[in-house]
Amino acid sequence: MSDELILEVVTPEKMAFSGKVDEVTIPGTEGEFGVLRGHEPFLTSVDVGELYYIADGKKTYYAVNTGYAEVTGSKVTVLIETAERADAVDKDRALKAKERAEAALTQLAKEHSDYEKMRLALLRAVNRISVADKLPQN
Amino acid sequence: MPSLKDIKRKVTAVQKTKQITRAMNMVAASKFKSAQLKMENFRPYAGKFMDVLNSLALRVDTSTHPLLAVRDPRRIRVICMTSDRGLCGGFNTNLIKATERFMRDKTRDGKEVSMISVGRKGRDFFRKKANVLAQKVDCLSKFDMTLAVSVADEVIDPFIKAEYDELYLIYNQFVNVSVQRPTVVRLFPLPSIGSPDADMETDTRLDYVYEPSDEVLLHKLLPMYVHVLVYRALLETSAGENGARMAAMDNATSNCEELIHTLTLKMNKARQAAITAELMDIVGGTEALAKG
Repeated sequence: MSDELILEVVTPEKMAFSGKVDEVTIPGTEGEFGVLRGHEPFLTSVDVGELYYIADGKKTYYAVNTGYAEVTGSKVTVLIETAERADAVDKDRALKAKERAEAALTQLAKEHSDYEKMRLALLRAVNRISVADKLPQN
Repeated sequence: MPSLKDIKRKVTAVQKTKQITRAMNMVAASKFKSAQLKMENFRPYAGKFMDVLNSLALRVDTSTHPLLAVRDPRRIRVICMTSDRGLCGGFNTNLIKATERFMRDKTRDGKEVSMISVGRKGRDFFRKKANVLAQKVDCLSKFDMTLAVSVADEVIDPFIKAEYDELYLIYNQFVNVSVQRPTVVRLFPLPSIGSPDADMETDTRLDYVYEPSDEVLLHKLLPMYVHVLVYRALLETSAGENGARMAAMDNATSNCEELIHTLTLKMNKARQAAITAELMDIVGGTEALAKG
C-alpha cells in the first residue's frame, strides 16, 4: 500500500484542490466519514456539508455541495458542484441568503414546489456560514 | 454627384463605426478566451463524472430509473439555448431556424410541443410563437453550475411526473471560432449510458464498497448527469456566441475599411473635380481679360 494519500477536489469550474494530505473528512449522504491512506475502495454520494483535510498538521475547511466521492487505496477524488474554501466564503452574502431563505420558508406551504428548493438553499447558506466561522479569528 | 462635404462626413461616420466594431471584436475575443478556459476547466470534471457513471451503470439495471423511462412520445418539450445579445452574425438566427424547423416537424406529426427558452434572443423570438413554459434571460454573461441546476430543475420534476414524454436540447455546438453548428440532442429519456463501448479510462475492475447501495447512488448521480449535459451546452453556447461575435465584428471592421477606401477615392475625385472647375474659371477669366 502506498504511503501517501492524494486528495483531489474537482468542481465544474476548476480543480479546487489537488495534493497530498494526511487525512480527509467528507460529508457523505450516509454520514460523515474520514479517510486515511489505505482505505478500501469506496464510492459514495456527498451532501451539503463541511469537508476538511489535514495536511502538515493544519486543518483546511471547505463548504461543499452535492456530488460524490471516490476512494481508492491512495487517492480520494471528490466531485462536487461547488466547493468554497473557508477563507473564500463571503459571509455577508451567506447571511443574506440565509435570511432570504428563512423569510421565504415562513411564507411557503410545505407542499409548494419551491419549498424544497428554499429549504436546500437555507441548508447551503447555514453550511457556508458555519464553515466561515471555522476560520481562526484574527 | 454628392458634394465633397457630404462624402467627408460619410467617411468620418464609417471611421467611427469601424472603431466600435473593432472594440467589440476585442471585447468578444477576451470573453471568448475566458469562455474557452471555462470549458477546459470543466473537462476533468465531466471526464471523471462519466467514468464513474458508466462503471456504475454497468453493474446496475438502469431501466428502472424514472429519468430513463421511455414513453410514447406524444408531448415534446424543447430547450432552446440562444445568447442574450445580438450582433454575433448568424449565431442566433441559425439556431432559431433549426428550432423552428424541429418544432414544426414535431407539430406536423401531431405532437404537442412546448418549450423552455434560455437566452434573451430565443425568448424574444418565441414569446408569441410558441408555448414558452419557462425562461432564463440575461444570465449568460456570467454563469456557473447553479444556472445549469436551475434549468435542470425546470425539466426533471415534470418529466418524472410524466407531464411530458421527451425532452430535446437545441444549442449551438462549438466547433471552432467561426463554426457553430445547431445541434439537437435528446435529454429525456436519457440516452443509454454505460454502453460497453463507452470510454473507460479508470480502472473499473476495482470492487467498490457502495454507500448507499449502487442503485441508490446511480439515482443520485443521474440528475447530476443532466446538470453536466446542460452545463456543457451552456459553455458551448457562451464560447460559440463570443466566437461568432468575434468573426462578425472582424468582418464588419474589414467592410468598414473597404468602404473607407472607396469613399476616400470618391472624395479625392470630387476634390480634383472641384479644383479643375476652379482652374477653368480662372483661366477663362484671364483669357477674357486678355482679349478685352
